Amino acid sequence: MTVELQATEVAAKLEAAFPGCTIESSGNTIVIKDEFALKAATFLKNAAGLDFNYLNFLTATDYQTYFEVIYDLVSLEHNHKLVLKIKLNNREKPELASVTGVWKGADFQEREIFDLFGINFTGHPNLKRIFLWEGFQGYPLRKDFKQ
Amino acid sequence: MALKTETFLVNAGPQHPSTHGVFRMRFILDGEVIQDVEPVFGYLHRGIEKLAEGLTYSQDMVFTDRLDYLASMTNNQAYAVAVEKLAGIQVPERAEYLRVIMAELMRISSHLMGVGFLTNDIGAFLTPLLYMYREREKILDLFDMVCGQRLTYNYMRIGGVSQDIPEEFLPALKKFTDTLPRFIEEYEQLLATNEILLVRTKNVGILTKEAAINYSTAGPVLRASGVKWDIRKAEPYSVYNRFNFEIPTATKGDVYDRYRIKIEEMKQSIIIIKQAMEQLPQGEIQAKVPKVLRPPKGEAYGRIEGPKGELGFYLVSDGATNPYRLHIRPPSLLNLTPLRELVIGVKIADAMAIFGSIDICMGEVDR
Repeated sequence: MTVELQATEVAAKLEAAFPGCTIESSGNTIVIKDEFALKAATFLKNAAGLDFNYLNFLTATDYQTYFEVIYDLVSLEHNHKLVLKIKLNNREKPELASVTGVWKGADFQEREIFDLFGINFTGHPNLKRIFLWEGFQGYPLRKDFKQ
Repeated sequence: MALKTETFLVNAGPQHPSTHGVFRMRFILDGEVIQDVEPVFGYLHRGIEKLAEGLTYSQDMVFTDRLDYLASMTNNQAYAVAVEKLAGIQVPERAEYLRVIMAELMRISSHLMGVGFLTNDIGAFLTPLLYMYREREKILDLFDMVCGQRLTYNYMRIGGVSQDIPEEFLPALKKFTDTLPRFIEEYEQLLATNEILLVRTKNVGILTKEAAINYSTAGPVLRASGVKWDIRKAEPYSVYNRFNFEIPTATKGDVYDRYRIKIEEMKQSIIIIKQAMEQLPQGEIQAKVPKVLRPPKGEAYGRIEGPKGELGFYLVSDGATNPYRLHIRPPSLLNLTPLRELVIGVKIADAMAIFGSIDICMGEVDR
């Protein structure tokens, strides 16, 4: 049975490595500051005992005042999981570091978020629209999108 | 005199590069060898995640049928599991067993199509595929019997299933499970040691274990690369913890292994269906669910092992009648992520075999 890791324990490990990176942690969810995205991802993947080698899925939600990017992480070795969240407050120019260098499975999913939410993933090797055509106006999954 | 050479661009698709849907690959070729490929998606994009936000939870069920249309039952199930988790609904036992039976039949059907189209892609046009259709047809007849539909079933509902099975269903299912192993045997004789198939699939498109994990692949693709990972065992949902079955894995991760895994999984599915038929309890088939469902504020991720890999629905509720956000974890799209790495450096004919072995459905890739 998949174990949902206690977020507070993982957050303590993250804090020890990168002081001040976590915003809150409860249940199975850790919210971290956006500038630590790539460092935290690398740490979670490689830290002994955590070994989050599998990015289960990556998506975003528009909460109108901010965007939330959700990383669902799984360790196939230990069969445990964790949800990592990042809040992006800049609606005009949302930007986040790409984790394609850590998990290649993020490739198409980051393109999808870019396509439908307009979040820019810096460092992505081929960031362009995936489902909609070049020249499409707006980002449909944003709540303020008008057809 | 030195000959001038240059690479050239070949466009495969968008209308059926093979027969998996509307997908396009732009190949950069050096002779017959692929130097680069760019997959182009979106021809079947209907914006289901956006549409879902404007409809109620039970209306959204209908859209799930249109994701992977070769496995609509399991799509229904994944969505139902997610909503039930979000709203805290307990599904009656009989409904769970019916779900398992339908899901495993769906897996067999999807794998038959997967293997059939693979043989199509490597040049055995239609003959093996039509043999696969013969068995799939019997499964569709069984589904027709329980819900009157052959492709978009909408059979599983939030809290249970839409209707109980008719009297004639179990005898027909028994006949099917008794005869299918013989037909699988027949496929084995035709395919498993067929020299052409072996040459076209062995050592082609090798996906290492590390790459399979790193690329977030799931289902048969992941297991063919040697990772023993199946949601039915890793996090048993429904009543899967009551059945004895194996998770077949392979070691090499080539096209042949991905084909073998599907055959072995079909055998395991029959074993599960037989046990479910024996244990099938009497009782309710639908939990009491309010007509207008308003799950409490919060979020949930429900997942199942679909035929093509982990299929999950991530739902966010703000307490209203419609989901605030619905995200689908599409195994077909994620399994395509390693495609570029797999086909670079191989001949264009092998690219079709590799593409076919990944077994995707564009309805789910584009959503």
